[in-house]
Amino acid sequence: MSERHLDCEQVIRHLLEYLDRELDDRTMAEMSRHLEQCRGCFGRAELERKLKESLQAAGSKRASSRLRSRIKAILDSF
Amino acid sequence: MRASQDNAPPLREIFGAEIERLADRLFGTALRFTRNSDDAEDLVAETVAKAWARLEELRDPRAFEGWIQRILSNTFVSEWRRRRASPVVQSETEADCDGEPFSLFEQLHQPFLLWWTNPEEAAVQKLLREDIDRALDALPEAFRIAVILVDVQGNSYGEAAAILGVPVGTVRSRLSRARAQLQRELWRHARDAGLLP
Repeated sequence: MSERHLDCEQVIRHLLEYLDRELDDRTMAEMSRHLEQCRGCFGRAELERKLKESLQAAGSKRASSRLRSRIKAILDSF
Repeated sequence: MRASQDNAPPLREIFGAEIERLADRLFGTALRFTRNSDDAEDLVAETVAKAWARLEELRDPRAFEGWIQRILSNTFVSEWRRRRASPVVQSETEADCDGEPFSLFEQLHQPFLLWWTNPEEAAVQKLLREDIDRALDALPEAFRIAVILVDVQGNSYGEAAAILGVPVGTVRSRLSRARAQLQRELWRHARDAGLLP
């Protein structure tokens, strides 16, 4: 299969799906290759990656002692 | 999931230890879904009770976190869809999310970008964390839920579509528009906080 080269516009269009690992293997590899070689697209990908990490971190907040006690009471009832 | 040896800890102890380990993540995710501490605690409590009742369904104990997060999201989404179907509740539409493309990268000035990527800038990082919470909470509900399912919980587009009962293309479209709106909000917050020249 011949090697396909993506241009910057195509890479930007697929960037979020790339970071979400939702592209087929061939396109993932082509995206990776482009990002290794293109400083502009790499910078944008890094920012998008940081945003994604921040969103993931937003899903962790300290559970209150009230909630922990409530969970313990539920577990004790099993 | 079952105790495999006679001298293994009782199943309830293992289950309890896992819940203890994941309490912050379960509560954090529930808080993003509900946007309210009391409702988030109710959602976690209901999730824990359901998970215990359905423990036999867990085939691989290593997949415990993903499994219980799915119970949490299914519990929230079921209630959300029920409320949405109610004629009393005015449901949000796709039009509520600004569909215009927006890239934070294209808006940012270099000094801010350096701050973002420098973990030693604790104050800026804290501000951004708070901004992320605020920007996420401000999204229309259907879009916020898509972001939570994929970005916060780490579900694939297909898994998110199955939980929501919508086509994968709908998840992709909601994510794309939600992320553009998130970046627009973050840019506004950064500008208002004086982080941009």
